[in-house]
Amino acid sequence: MSNTITLKYTVSSDDFTRAGEASSTVKSKLKQMNLPPEIIRKVAIAMYEGEINMFIHANGGEITVEISPTEIVIVLEDKGPGIENITQAMTAGFSTAPDNIRSLGFGAGMGLPNMKKYSDEMSLSSNVGVGTTVTMKVFIK
Amino acid sequence: MTVKDIATLLDAKIICCEDSLGRELHAACGADMMSDVLAFVKDQSVLLTGLCNPQVIRTAEMMDMVCIVFVRGKLPDENMIELAIERNIPLLSTKHRMFTACGLLYSNGLHGGATN
Ligand SMILES: Nc1ncnc2c1ncn2[C@@H]1O[C@H](COP(=O)(O)OP(=O)(O)OP(=O)(O)O)[C@@H](O)[C@H]1O
Ligand SMILES: [Mg+2]
Repeated sequence: MSNTITLKYTVSSDDFTRAGEASSTVKSKLKQMNLPPEIIRKVAIAMYEGEINMFIHANGGEITVEISPTEIVIVLEDKGPGIENITQAMTAGFSTAPDNIRSLGFGAGMGLPNMKKYSDEMSLSSNVGVGTTVTMKVFIK
Repeated sequence: MTVKDIATLLDAKIICCEDSLGRELHAACGADMMSDVLAFVKDQSVLLTGLCNPQVIRTAEMMDMVCIVFVRGKLPDENMIELAIERNIPLLSTKHRMFTACGLLYSNGLHGGATN
C-alpha cells in the first residue's frame, strides 16, 4: 500500500557529533505528521538508544523506519561484532562500554532495556562476528 | 518557574534561544550520564549537567526537555549551540557546581518530579 512511508539512514562510526541525527530527523518528521506526542516520544527515545548503540558498539549501520497508519517499525541493522549473550545484554546495568564511552555520558547498560520499555514489540537477533539486527514496533492504535 | 527565573537564581549566562525564556518549567533533573536521563527521566523539563557534548542536546531533544543548564562554568561549542537553536532549547551556563545549582533551584520551589 502506498500509504506506508519508508525512510532509510546510514549511521557512520566516525563522528560522535552526528550520532543521533537520524533519530532527530525522524522525530521532526513525525511531528510534521501530527502524530500524538506520546507516540513520537516512544519512537524518538527507542530509536536514539539504538542509534547510539550502533555508533558505540557496532561501527555504525543502517536504519530503516516504516511509518504506516497503524504502526511505526524501526529496523536497526549493523555488521558489528554481534552480541554473544542476548539475555545478559538485555539486563539493566550490563555494559561492555569502555571508560572513554562513559566519559561521553553513555555506557550504563540501560539502552536495550529502555528500547524494550519504549517499544510495543522488540526483537533482537545477533550473530557473533556477523552483526546485530534490532526490530522495534510502536503501535499507533 | 520560567527559564528566565532559573537563569536569575543560578546567576547563569544565557547562551541561546532568548525568545524561549518565558517557558514554564515544573521539574528538573541533574545528571552526567545521558544513559540515566534516557532511562529514568519522565516529565522533568530542565536538565542540569556537567557533561558538555552534542549528545546532551540530542538527549534533551528526545526527552522533550525545555532547557539545559551547564554547571561548573562549562560552555557549549558552536556545534552544540547550533543544534540547540535548531530545536529551540535554551542553553544556560552557571558557575555553580552541580550540588549547589540543584540546591538553589530546589529551595526555590523547583522539584524532582515523578520517576519513570
Ligand atoms: N548493536 C550492538 N552490537 C554489538 N553489541 C551491542 C549492540 N548493542 C548493544 N550491545 C551490547 O549490549 C550491551 C548492553 O547494551 P545497552 O544499550 O543496554 O547498554 P550500553 O550501550 O552499554 O549503555 P547505555 O545504553 O546505558 O548507554 C552493550 O554494552 C554491548 O555489549
Ligand atoms: Mg546503549
